[in-house]
Amino acid sequence: MDAKELGRKGEDAAAAYVERCGMRMLERNWRCALGEVDLIALDSGALVMFEVKTRRSTRTGVPEEAVGPKKQRKIVRLAEAYLQGMAEPPELVRFDVISITLLTENRAVLRHHPAAFVVS
Amino acid sequence: MLATVRSSVLVGVRAVRVEVQADVGRGLPSFTVVGLGDAAVMEARERVRSALKTSGYQFPDGRVVVNLAPAPLRKHGTGFDVPIALAILIATGQLPTKLADGRAAVGELSLDGSVRPVAGMLAHAVAATRDGIGLLGPADAAAELTWLEGLCFLAVRSLSDLKTGTPSAPAPLRRSTCEAAGVPDLSEVAGHAAAKRALEIAAAGGHDLLLVGPPGSGKTMLARRVPGILPALNVDERLETALVHSVAGLDVSRVLAGTRPFRAPHHTCSIAGLIGGGTPPRPGEVSLAHNGVLFLDELPEFGPAALQTLRQPMEDGRLTLVRAEACLEYPARFTLVAAMNPCPCGHSGDPVKHCSCAPSAVSRYTNRVGGPLMDRIDICVRVDRVEPGAIISGTDCGEASERVRVRVCRARKSATARDCPTADLRGVKLLEACALTKSAGDTLRALASSAHLSGRAVTRILRVARTVADLESAERVGEEHVLEALGYRQAVDG
Repeated sequence: MDAKELGRKGEDAAAAYVERCGMRMLERNWRCALGEVDLIALDSGALVMFEVKTRRSTRTGVPEEAVGPKKQRKIVRLAEAYLQGMAEPPELVRFDVISITLLTENRAVLRHHPAAFVVS
Repeated sequence: MLATVRSSVLVGVRAVRVEVQADVGRGLPSFTVVGLGDAAVMEARERVRSALKTSGYQFPDGRVVVNLAPAPLRKHGTGFDVPIALAILIATGQLPTKLADGRAAVGELSLDGSVRPVAGMLAHAVAATRDGIGLLGPADAAAELTWLEGLCFLAVRSLSDLKTGTPSAPAPLRRSTCEAAGVPDLSEVAGHAAAKRALEIAAAGGHDLLLVGPPGSGKTMLARRVPGILPALNVDERLETALVHSVAGLDVSRVLAGTRPFRAPHHTCSIAGLIGGGTPPRPGEVSLAHNGVLFLDELPEFGPAALQTLRQPMEDGRLTLVRAEACLEYPARFTLVAAMNPCPCGHSGDPVKHCSCAPSAVSRYTNRVGGPLMDRIDICVRVDRVEPGAIISGTDCGEASERVRVRVCRARKSATARDCPTADLRGVKLLEACALTKSAGDTLRALASSAHLSGRAVTRILRVARTVADLESAERVGEEHVLEALGYRQAVDG
């Protein structure tokens, strides 16, 4: 399983989780010239931008650590771009991080960090 | 969704009104603080966010903008934590608007929501009283603020206190009026009759004093006993002095109890340390010694630049620091007590031990203090070694500080009757106050012309003579008073 495949599997798991939580999925892998947002959903009126990080092990740290200031700024810029395209922009926007650590081939730990970061 | 909470920022020893405005609205989640805050103000964001959560409040999800107005004034320190938190809580409707009505707020937040005191609480309280409003602040600062008349202080231990409506103000603490405690007593010093007399005159008139003597002769010991013979601070002086100490973040309980400050900076003290400065500006040792004693041990060892900065506060009793962003004024009316060795080896003029210094080395050493500063010191006295016998037997100890203090207070009282401190008298006023007898005038004239005394030297001799006469409750300054004052002068001129 290469890195691309691992990432996609993680995103699938995250999307299933988000829907199970009762949020309405708007986009998967939404792209524009600036880059890509893994998942975009609506959580009772608030627009949520998800960044999903998947790792095979925690040898190099937990997955959420990889969402550093640079990555955060990029997601914020993407959110601005996405909001501009919306007919009715929502009142609130939130940035969540979902981290998935693989335990075995078919088992993993998923952690959800609601409002993981804000615009700095 | 906009809320305003009043607060203040320290500029010198004054607190200047600042409005903390919070706007909570829609948009990408963010928390910005604008209004020229320093790093400590910017870090308030993290403290406020955590404190709100741990105190059981909601931190708003949307866009939070906090403005500190007036925007061009530089803000520093952690005192804005509480007003920022309050403004956000009021803007989001979690606390009632009336909490901020007629009241300023100052305090630092811990991550657990408890409110901690900041430097200068007293200055913030004075500003609030001046503006006719109350103050919301840390409960730990209550003791320091009880001295202030007419302050409505709302003591808060933690942010969660505010959830259960407006907390009741605690009962005013008892004002402590204990006298100078822990100051060494003059009766512990054997011998040194002349030096003790000089100490008494310096204390009575607020004259600057220089003690010259060989190492180990007791200069430092004597200097440390000066606060003990000074009268307690009066109510106005307590507040003035406590204000400086509060702004510097020091304990003010001793000052508020009436003990005069005694500051003894080491001779490696920097200029900023001595007269104040830095970012954010902090009062220096001369201001911390306001209404008290500034003791400079080993005077020639101080940097020449640092010593010369003392000249302005010694003349004016206050200090003006001009910096790019502000012009700050600190009070600095202190009695200078300095000590030095007569030469590098310390034994010049000693009747028993011989001085091993070359004459050029002696003059180089004494010249480091500089003429202008020496000229401003009214009383100079030699402190010689005391006979070992007198120390071992423990006799010849002289009076207790308490008795000397009674005389000092009496002399100060007659000086106050002239409504100008003796150390500040000049010109015609000085001559009127002295009312020299004929013989005294003649003596001074003759000696001044033979010793080529400068105008300032004569003025200073007259001031000391006035204090000597005050100690004897004499109406007019007589010949013996002038002669004694002249004696303290001649030690300066060599």
